[in-house]
Amino acid sequence: MTFNEKYILNLIEKEQRTDGRTLMDYRKIKIETGISKNAEGSAKVTIGDTEVIVGVKLDLGEPFPDTPDEGTIIVNAELLPLSSQEFEAGPPGTEATELARIIDRGIRESKAIDFKKLALIPGEKIWMVFIDIYTINHAGNLIDASALAAAAALQVARFPKVENNKVVYGEFTNKLLPSTKLPVTCTVSKIRNKFIVDQTLEEEGSASARLSVALIDGKIHAMQKGLLGPLTPEEVEQMIDIAIEKERELRKHLK
Amino acid sequence: MGELLVQNKDIVIPGEKLATGMDFLPSNGSFRSNEDVLAQQLGIVNITGRSIRIVPLTGKYIPKEGDNVIGAIADMSFNNWYVDVGSAYQAMLFVSSVPEYIEKNADLSQYYNFKDIIYAVISKVTRSKVIELSMKGLGYRKLFGGKMITVMPSRVPRIIGKQGSMITMIKELTGCKIIVGQNGRIWIYGDIEGEKAATEAIMMVEQKSYKEGLTDEIKNFLESRRKIE
Amino acid sequence: MKKENKETKYEKRFDGRNFDQLRPIEAKIGIIKNADGSASFKMGDTYAIASVFGPRDLRPRFLQNPQKGTLRCTYDMLSFSVTERKRPGPNRRSVEVSLVTGWALAPVICLDEYPNTVIDVYIEVIQANAGTRCAGICAAALALASAGILMKDLVSAVSVGKIGDKIVLDLIKEEEDFDPATDIPIAFTPRTGELTLLQLDGSISKDELKKAIELAKKGCQTIYDLQKKTLKEHFSKMELENDIQ
Repeated sequence: MTFNEKYILNLIEKEQRTDGRTLMDYRKIKIETGISKNAEGSAKVTIGDTEVIVGVKLDLGEPFPDTPDEGTIIVNAELLPLSSQEFEAGPPGTEATELARIIDRGIRESKAIDFKKLALIPGEKIWMVFIDIYTINHAGNLIDASALAAAAALQVARFPKVENNKVVYGEFTNKLLPSTKLPVTCTVSKIRNKFIVDQTLEEEGSASARLSVALIDGKIHAMQKGLLGPLTPEEVEQMIDIAIEKERELRKHLK
Repeated sequence: MGELLVQNKDIVIPGEKLATGMDFLPSNGSFRSNEDVLAQQLGIVNITGRSIRIVPLTGKYIPKEGDNVIGAIADMSFNNWYVDVGSAYQAMLFVSSVPEYIEKNADLSQYYNFKDIIYAVISKVTRSKVIELSMKGLGYRKLFGGKMITVMPSRVPRIIGKQGSMITMIKELTGCKIIVGQNGRIWIYGDIEGEKAATEAIMMVEQKSYKEGLTDEIKNFLESRRKIE
Repeated sequence: MKKENKETKYEKRFDGRNFDQLRPIEAKIGIIKNADGSASFKMGDTYAIASVFGPRDLRPRFLQNPQKGTLRCTYDMLSFSVTERKRPGPNRRSVEVSLVTGWALAPVICLDEYPNTVIDVYIEVIQANAGTRCAGICAAALALASAGILMKDLVSAVSVGKIGDKIVLDLIKEEEDFDPATDIPIAFTPRTGELTLLQLDGSISKDELKKAIELAKKGCQTIYDLQKKTLKEHFSKMELENDIQ
């Protein structure tokens, strides 16, 4: 995958990319919900050739002692070995853990899901919202694809049936999981001295730094700078501006 | 005695019966089971006389002695480099197989460094399928600049064409230097527009390799691209 | 003294099928672009995908076999593929299914042609309603063929069982959970009719088992016909689609 590094760098200097996109173009985005029947909510997102699926499962549990009347979200991500030559079977490594935590922060800090609305019996039984992210084909930009898929899955998630304060697995209600606008994440990568969005796998290999920004209507709820290269404050500001610009376009894909 | 059950250009799957009886002989991609000849690989039937072979539709590169390949330096030891040629098997390039004279204990990275792209020939494939490369001979060298694309090894013959007719035409109509490796790696060097056109033309051949009249179609495509510039 | 024999009757299948009827089956090739070969297989509501990478380098080195290639199969279920969330990651069940899946596929793969390498097969269940290991095997066989791996045959798999007093084909979860139920996943190599997967749990006589195996063979024949058709159509379609361009 690194043969083309020089070629990619030369093109980027000329503000072009290997697939003909401009620096600010996303590849084609498709979202499909309800792809797995046993999930309370599920979605599949493709951005170009990258494909990610997210499933939401709801179950009852005991609240944390310091927040007796609040439910919670638990985000897990797996970089499945079937999605790329590079991934090996095994427990989530650092990349998968980072992915899960970035998605978690966006949803948690934006308060798009009001945890207080997830208490079935305050002090005793609360709803745990499991958000499980799985990569199906890794062609770059897993963060943005995962964030979109998580948002789409949460939008259609409904509560399972409850009897005697226990979940009846496999039976669902029509009551949707309550949520307000969910965050959209845009990742901006720095290659040489240019910025691009929606990096392909090859471009990821050539980037010196990336900044992922989770936004709701221009307000920043989570950020993550990744990779080894440093960024000046001016560069950070430019990258945030790009992300804010892109939010509108990305949000159009969510109903 | 025997009956042929398929014809040329049929698509067959592993395990499918190609012929009954001892009259017909299995070749690449087919095997004999009891008195029948069966397909061993997903591919297209190619019958020459009594020999039935399967031209694979997919699959990784299987190294063969005499193949010209394009690879990238992946690692080095004290008297050899390890080269990635897109095969599951190690490819080794020994100090004695390069055109340069290299002294003992010399720093090998001065000659061929990590990620350098080279054009070489497979001089030997050992029983355990270790590949030995050689760069001695006309044309074998390090490749500078340009771009590298990867196509399915099974499509390389079509991309080259009868006596090189297809690839020569693409080179002429795009003004690019192009080297095609049997391992499915293709190096293209020219101006940006030329490289783009050549890449697209090669991808088209890869996808339509079994179509009739392909040479004319590619010719028309490239000529109309030239008019646009 | 003969033991009293009063069997629970299973009059009509929960989903209305005949006892020897398969659920609707569907197969697709090439669904995961990064893989050397990939496929999906649906049996009713059960949906599995498989990816093949290989032959490729096997590390660590000491695992390499100079006589033949190694087949490495990993089967797992997505957490939300089942009604009660499954904790992500392998559990004892998926470890065992990975093992028997590898045994189901290995006999048809010409591993002799790939010394010192590994062929990795990854199976993920996206949605489960019984028969997941069978769907996984069907998908994996397609993925292996579409990766250009040298094989002597495909492999087709289906579950059969004894539910109540009836021998049935292609169980759904409700049937697995019925009392009494005997669940028998089976895989065949279609050309030679040999078994490469055979597991059983329940309570069944030898004669009933014979009937069940016969029924599985018929079911696998239908599955094989679809696998063959899907492979051929996918690759000839590729040529056609590009013609129309």
